[in-house]
Amino acid sequence: MTSLSASPQQSSSADQVLREWQRLAMQRRLYSVLGVLLVLAGLVGSMWFADENNAGHFVERLPHLFDFLSWLIPSDWNDVWRALFDIASPQDNGTEQFNFPLGRVYLWADFYLPEYFYLMLVTINVALVSTIVGFIGGLGFCFIVARNYSPSNWLRIPIKRVMELFRAFPEIVIAGMFAAIISIGPVAAIIAIGIHCIGALTKLFYEVVENADMRPDEGLKAVGANWFERVRFGGLPQVLPDFLSYALLRLEINVRASTIIGAVGAVGIGQELKLSISRGFGAKTLALVLLLFVTIFIVDQFSAWLRRRLVGEQAFLKQGLGT
Amino acid sequence: MTDATLSAAASYEERYPQVFRQPFWQRFGPAITVIGLALYLVYAFVFFDVGTVIRSGHWERAGLFLSDWISWNATVEFRTAGGTVTPRYPKFSPLGDDPHPDWVTANADGTTTIEMVGKDNSVTMSATDAYVTKAGETGHVKLGGDTPVIVGNAPAWLAPNDDGDLVADFGFTGQILVENDRVKINKRFLGWPNFFFDTDSPFFGKSAGEDISLIAAGPDLVAGEPNWRLAFDNFWNNAEWQHGDIIVKLLQTLVMAFLGTLLGALVAFPLGFLAARNITRNSALNWTLKRLFDFLRSVDMLIWALFFTRAFGPGPLAGSAAVFLTEAGTLGKIYSEGLENIDDKPREGIASTGAGEVLVQRYGVIPQVLPIMLSQTLYQWESNTRGATIIGAVGAGGIGLKLWEAMRTNDNWANVFYMVLLVLAVVFIFDSISNALRSRLIGRQN
Repeated sequence: MTSLSASPQQSSSADQVLREWQRLAMQRRLYSVLGVLLVLAGLVGSMWFADENNAGHFVERLPHLFDFLSWLIPSDWNDVWRALFDIASPQDNGTEQFNFPLGRVYLWADFYLPEYFYLMLVTINVALVSTIVGFIGGLGFCFIVARNYSPSNWLRIPIKRVMELFRAFPEIVIAGMFAAIISIGPVAAIIAIGIHCIGALTKLFYEVVENADMRPDEGLKAVGANWFERVRFGGLPQVLPDFLSYALLRLEINVRASTIIGAVGAVGIGQELKLSISRGFGAKTLALVLLLFVTIFIVDQFSAWLRRRLVGEQAFLKQGLGT
Repeated sequence: MTDATLSAAASYEERYPQVFRQPFWQRFGPAITVIGLALYLVYAFVFFDVGTVIRSGHWERAGLFLSDWISWNATVEFRTAGGTVTPRYPKFSPLGDDPHPDWVTANADGTTTIEMVGKDNSVTMSATDAYVTKAGETGHVKLGGDTPVIVGNAPAWLAPNDDGDLVADFGFTGQILVENDRVKINKRFLGWPNFFFDTDSPFFGKSAGEDISLIAAGPDLVAGEPNWRLAFDNFWNNAEWQHGDIIVKLLQTLVMAFLGTLLGALVAFPLGFLAARNITRNSALNWTLKRLFDFLRSVDMLIWALFFTRAFGPGPLAGSAAVFLTEAGTLGKIYSEGLENIDDKPREGIASTGAGEVLVQRYGVIPQVLPIMLSQTLYQWESNTRGATIIGAVGAGGIGLKLWEAMRTNDNWANVFYMVLLVLAVVFIFDSISNALRSRLIGRQN
């Protein structure tokens, strides 16, 4: 090239590029504006719909938003501690609002577990057991479902579909079904959360397996390892930290799920909280919220700490993927 | 073992001591963890008394409920009082007020034949006798005494129950119960009865072709209202299936998830920037906001839902507010952690051109994080659609409450299945939309 000065041909092609770029920029801007408008329309529409379908309306109820503070704030703040640890209150007038000592779980002699701690233990146990069930199920199914390890497509595709069904099936329907069969209680909750957890963890696990390094597997194939040995020595060591990290994330989700299922299906602390809020028992509600908050906070922090040790900082970029 | 291999082993041991002398935890940790989990499961088994629960469960109900999902049951009594056979259909049954089902025939000789499956599985009765036929074999039962009496040979499948009444079981199809003065029929039909029109509708009891031609060209059934509008109204307000109510409730659930996630994202976006320690260099503010996110997340959707149900009354507003607060915390945490992991070079580049603070964020930060943020918001949206179903059951409105109530009555499993199918369809559609959007977003990033 002899000179950088624009020859007529270059100028026209530069013009063309400029025009093309402007066209693309306009198009992009148009799409952005349209997208934002669409979301805004959806937002306004759903706000109107939600307000229209609610028992009380937003504007008229807004001044009363903090009304609950009037019943929530106890007349004596010490009652919160008394409710938490099942100690008799001087305000006890025989009503359910102040019958704190009722429901103590005596372990031996005079040593007792306060009612709320016991209920929290039930809720945590439900969450833990269903996470373990989900982990075992996920571990068992993920290598069959993962494309790179699957022994056969005839197994892979049906199991994958069943797992999708497990994941999408509403938990309360499973809980309700089993409540009708084996009576309402923690076992029905475990089955419901566990089934959902198997589906969710299988999905997360097999995605990890499909991204695994296949060189160890090739080495194992070369020495004639069978399928179980390939999974055990080629696949599992690379994916186990990720699996454990996802299982811990799932535990955080399951603690919440078991509280909610509990509120619906009369298990653990959820039901007590629902009763206490709907009847307006200030001290009891505060004690329960405090206990639940601290427990969930501890579980979250513990799981975050363990996950950081297992897979490092990147564990936190996956936070949102735990569904 | 020869000296050569021994020395080779020794040299390996010397070169890779970490393989041969692992620390205690590395060596026994996995085994200890597995044993610990096994012990915990044993404890949980005892704690929840799983054995007793499983043993005392009514497992026979499971098959019944599952068959209720896709079939329905008609119970009809044929009484012999007054010397004639009088059928008694239950009120409000799916058969309608004045049923003449084709499986009940009044014969010319005054007897009545009720077919279970064809003539070979049926009962033919008069006021004094009943002939129960199963698979071609007939048992003759004399009615009118204190208990029904089998005359002649007694088929093995016609056995008296605890009350002395005779029972013939036809499996899924149902059963025939012969008492001294009546015959009770339980007959099960595959399908959902009256899915389109309930028994009060003028379109009830007609074939699909008749209904379509009536809607398309028939004379107005109600003066002044076109037939198609009447048909739609009858369908929408179908008393048995409640299509209208269910669709509105489903929409409420979707709105709860959408509104909550979107508002949560709108609030979390600016707060995420303020909470990220590499963007806002104010550790007090970072710390406060992060603890706020933890607080919102830890208080949990359930507690928010219960509080807002008290404040706003039951309905999607309470649900939306609950999803919103939880989501503001979750997304705030995700956003701020995403922001803390960005590459700082584009920001430095933009800042070196003399751009202001806002422009640095707009061109140096947002292009890096926006696809990830949007994709994670979509994930949350999906998960909240499921979560909103459950939240609904505690009173925050939507399909959850309707599902739970339908299940508690224990006799409307077909309705439950209908709602489950709708929920599954909606979840599937939303998953597909969000997957498509997400793969485009992530794809554009590369």
